[in-house]
Amino acid sequence: MEKMKLVVVGNGMAGMRTVEELLKISPDLYDITVFGDEPHPNYNRIMLSPVLAGEQTIDDIILNSREWYAENNITLHTGKKIHKIDRRLRMAFAEDGTFALYDRMLIATGSTPFMLPIPGKDLKGVIGFRDIKDVDAMIATAGTHKHAVVIGGGLLGLEAANGLKIQGMDVTVIHKNEWLLERQLDKTAGLMLQRSLEAKGLSFKLNMDTKQLIGENGHVKAIQFEDGSELAADLVVMAVGIRPNYALAESAGIHCDRGIVVNDTMQTFDPRVYSVGECVAHRGISYGLVAPLFEMAKVCANHLANFGIGQYKGSVTSTKLKVTGIDLFSAGDFTGNEDTEEIVLHDAVGGIYKKIVIKDDKIIGSVLYGDTTDGSWYFQLLRDGKPIHEIRDNLMFGQDSLGNTGHEGQDKVSAMTDEMEVCGCNGVCKGTIVKAIQEKGLFSIDDVKKQTKAGSSCGSCVGLVEQILVSTLGGGYAPPSSAKTICGCSDKGHEEIRQQIRDNKYLNIPDAIKGMAWRTPNGCATCRPALNYYLISTWPHEAVDDPQSRFINERVHANIQKDGTYSVIPRMYGGVTTPSQLRKIADVADKYAVPMVKVTGGQRIDLLGVKKEDLVDMWADLDMPSGYAYSKGIRTVKTCVGSEFCRFGTQNSTQMGIDIEKAFDHMWAPHKVKFAVSGCPRNCAESGIKDVGIIGVDSGWEMYVGGNGGIKTEVAQFLCKVKTSDEVLEYSGAFIQIYREEARYLDRTVHWIERVGLEYVKRRVIEDAEGRKAAYERLLYALQGAVEPWSERVKKRNEHKEFEDITI
Amino acid sequence: MSQWTKITTLSEIPKLGSRVVRSAKGDIAVFRTDDDRVFALHDSCPHKKGPLSQGIVYGDKVACPLHSWQISLVDGHAQDPDEGQTACFSVKVEDGMVYLEL
Ligand code: SRM
Ligand SMILES: Cc1cc2nc3c(=O)[nH]c(=O)nc-3n(C[C@H](O)[C@H](O)[C@H](O)COP(=O)(O)OP(=O)(O)OC[C@H]3O[C@@H](n4cnc5c(N)ncnc54)[C@H](O)[C@@H]3O)c2cc1C
Ligand code: SF4
Ligand code: FES
Repeated sequence: MEKMKLVVVGNGMAGMRTVEELLKISPDLYDITVFGDEPHPNYNRIMLSPVLAGEQTIDDIILNSREWYAENNITLHTGKKIHKIDRRLRMAFAEDGTFALYDRMLIATGSTPFMLPIPGKDLKGVIGFRDIKDVDAMIATAGTHKHAVVIGGGLLGLEAANGLKIQGMDVTVIHKNEWLLERQLDKTAGLMLQRSLEAKGLSFKLNMDTKQLIGENGHVKAIQFEDGSELAADLVVMAVGIRPNYALAESAGIHCDRGIVVNDTMQTFDPRVYSVGECVAHRGISYGLVAPLFEMAKVCANHLANFGIGQYKGSVTSTKLKVTGIDLFSAGDFTGNEDTEEIVLHDAVGGIYKKIVIKDDKIIGSVLYGDTTDGSWYFQLLRDGKPIHEIRDNLMFGQDSLGNTGHEGQDKVSAMTDEMEVCGCNGVCKGTIVKAIQEKGLFSIDDVKKQTKAGSSCGSCVGLVEQILVSTLGGGYAPPSSAKTICGCSDKGHEEIRQQIRDNKYLNIPDAIKGMAWRTPNGCATCRPALNYYLISTWPHEAVDDPQSRFINERVHANIQKDGTYSVIPRMYGGVTTPSQLRKIADVADKYAVPMVKVTGGQRIDLLGVKKEDLVDMWADLDMPSGYAYSKGIRTVKTCVGSEFCRFGTQNSTQMGIDIEKAFDHMWAPHKVKFAVSGCPRNCAESGIKDVGIIGVDSGWEMYVGGNGGIKTEVAQFLCKVKTSDEVLEYSGAFIQIYREEARYLDRTVHWIERVGLEYVKRRVIEDAEGRKAAYERLLYALQGAVEPWSERVKKRNEHKEFEDITI
Repeated sequence: MSQWTKITTLSEIPKLGSRVVRSAKGDIAVFRTDDDRVFALHDSCPHKKGPLSQGIVYGDKVACPLHSWQISLVDGHAQDPDEGQTACFSVKVEDGMVYLEL
């Protein structure tokens, strides 16, 4: 069968992103032809500012090379402008006579700089700031002339002015408003910005209207204002706005209204013709930043591929100026009115200004100047419409998500030099990340993780990576929404998947994957372990636990190590052992020549470097239960000596710990779960950084939840105080069960609480007594009859080929 | 000269799983996909020699258990953006018996 023909008009960022998305999901559907009137393959227009500033070269910013088009069998016509579309014949004609037939068409013609309609606008030396040609013209003029004038104190104008200054020109910015970036900043921040730019050597004329441009021999020479004053100008850059480029579409009879009108599937009024990018008017809005255009591209590709899912519903955008050394961020409605509240921090001397605008308990806008560390956090809260009363007190002081371990405690990217290490796991420096973003055309954290490995291991530096993305891409970066999809195999999020498993009673992975229309035949290494957990936690005793969907550690009940050997950590309930247990461990270590015996941070003993084929024999000899040190499940219950021996002890914390560890033994969970019980507030068991931390006091037990001592230290929050040890079991069991039922796979308790709020947890665990008892019962039911995995393997050693190699 | 060597029966390799064959040419991981295709790779990840036999298998790929590189069972290549290749061996299944070419 002959393939359908897709013709793309406009070889720019939105058009080519759509083609890339299309190739990803349906590579063989179309013969694709692309027309672009620029002589270059698709490049990263955003990076023209760094190119002008001399930080990048044109070659660095090419997104799709000519080889890429060839490899994907795309016919590329550069330097050819389409001037006519005949929708009856379904043909597109270029000015030079080249033409192409189409079954479907994508119009992505972008926009053009608006040139003020004043006398002299056609003189030589008067340009916009839009493409490589403009940048070449600016750099050439800077080599021979001195005076540059930029009309327009918006984002584009200021980036042009900064670049021209670096190229050695004297630059004056003319702006007709009272302060710079009035669409992005309030007056305070606008004035702070002006001061910093003046310190960099730029001049400003505000509240100024331009009357005309004066020429000499056809070349611009000066600019004259309404008040009659003049200023010398060898180069005038107009950056007063852009106009969607819809003339071509309109001439073809496609409905336009200050842009090509599209519906939520990016279709124009002609169902064969789609449109994306700055040329589009969607619900009356045209966007001028790449993040929304990329969202459009994704939706459009999906419909071009005939999948028919996904709607574009408009975007909220944020802004960042890409001028080195200036940190500013804004998003949403930052002006506010009588119905809104504001939180403001202003340190004029320190050069910091932060304003958050709140309406009905939600952030609706924010301006940050000088310290933009939390910009993307506020933006995420804004986009997700998250109620903020619980975090309001700390809102201004930021998410503090960055003071993690592994990068010298750095939490402000702007203060880091290019050589400083961002990712401690993979040894990636700041400069490497910036370079990859610029040269490889990266736009998301996932892109950076894939390309540079930064942030792909323990994840503690993701906050820093995000800051680097924001400062390198400007508004081009959109933080991921917190409602993330499980993985590339499905468009569904975790919550929806859990709901469907419950509603449709899926009991095994093949049924779940089929029922929920996975894109891949058997998922991938990311979604299968999650699905397996969701199945067994939703339908205990009924769902099939699939060993092949578990990570190797959980499949063989031991931790895999760097050389492919394993470690064996037996349970020592509450950290208590006996001389005979220790003797047994010593004997086993001798018998199997275990290379290292180590006391773990979890109060028990680790036998490291065990060969896989020895595991079962060792377990048989040890005759101790598995410590689940490999599990997304109950790990250790750390305890202190408590009232039995300690002179300060108020409660028998050791026994409490043993009871908990026994009660919840064999429990699987979204991630590992650690408990600790201390006998008094001196807290020798470190209860303050555990998923559930319990502290004995004279009158009972205090319970804390959501602590974490790992990648990012999180102090557990007070949940409640109870009197008896039975209550400790019931309350902590109910808490853990609700976490097991509702958290996303790989969320520790702290991450889950962060999303749902501690108030919600208190409502479920403390206020709702019946609900608490029921949740605790559900946990006990799930754990009923659970088998100890090591002894089980010893018993059924002949059934498990997993441990047997074939020797030939 | 290479020759076909009988390894085990297909049913002895778990679906979406593997068995390790210890041979003169080193450890070889023999994988079985969901649709009963069988592949054999040197049991050593091109990244840091992780035992691929212990990874999670899906489609015709395996995720290395150590740092999650994704290796194609078909040709042993690491998936983009990682780079590297693990040696492949020919396998065939006849009458439910698996043979490896060594
Ligand atoms: C053995 C042990 C280190 C030791 O020698 O003491 C250890 C070893 C490993 N830890 Fe740990 N952790 C050990 C106590 C801890 C502790 C301390 C504690 O439990 O009191 C922490 C911080 C507390 C916490 O979790 O809140 C800890 C935080 C981590 C983390 C970060 C978790 C987080 O949410 O931030 C990881 C990575 C992960 O789980 O994704 C990790 C992962 C690992 C892994 C499993 C790495 C891996 O994924 O393969 C290590 C296995 C090494 C091996 O080859 O066996 N380990 N790990 C400790 C075993 C305790 C036990 O008896 O079960
Ligand atoms: C200097 C600069 C800095 C920027 N900085 C940022 C930033 O920091 N963050 C951000 O998010 N955005 C930024 N932007 C905006 C961003 O670049 C645009 O939003 C994006 O490029 C628009 O994509 P598009 O595909 O709609 O249009 P374009 O990328 O302009 O692509 C349209 C293409 O179509 C071609 N074309 C038009 N008509 C025809 C025709 N009839 N026939 C053939 N070809 C045709 C054009 O020549 C052009 O190549 C910046 C823009 C500039 C100029
Ligand atoms: S044991 Fe824990 S801290 Fe030590 S290297 Fe392994 S993961 Fe890192
Ligand atoms: S050894 Fe395989 S991914 Fe690192």
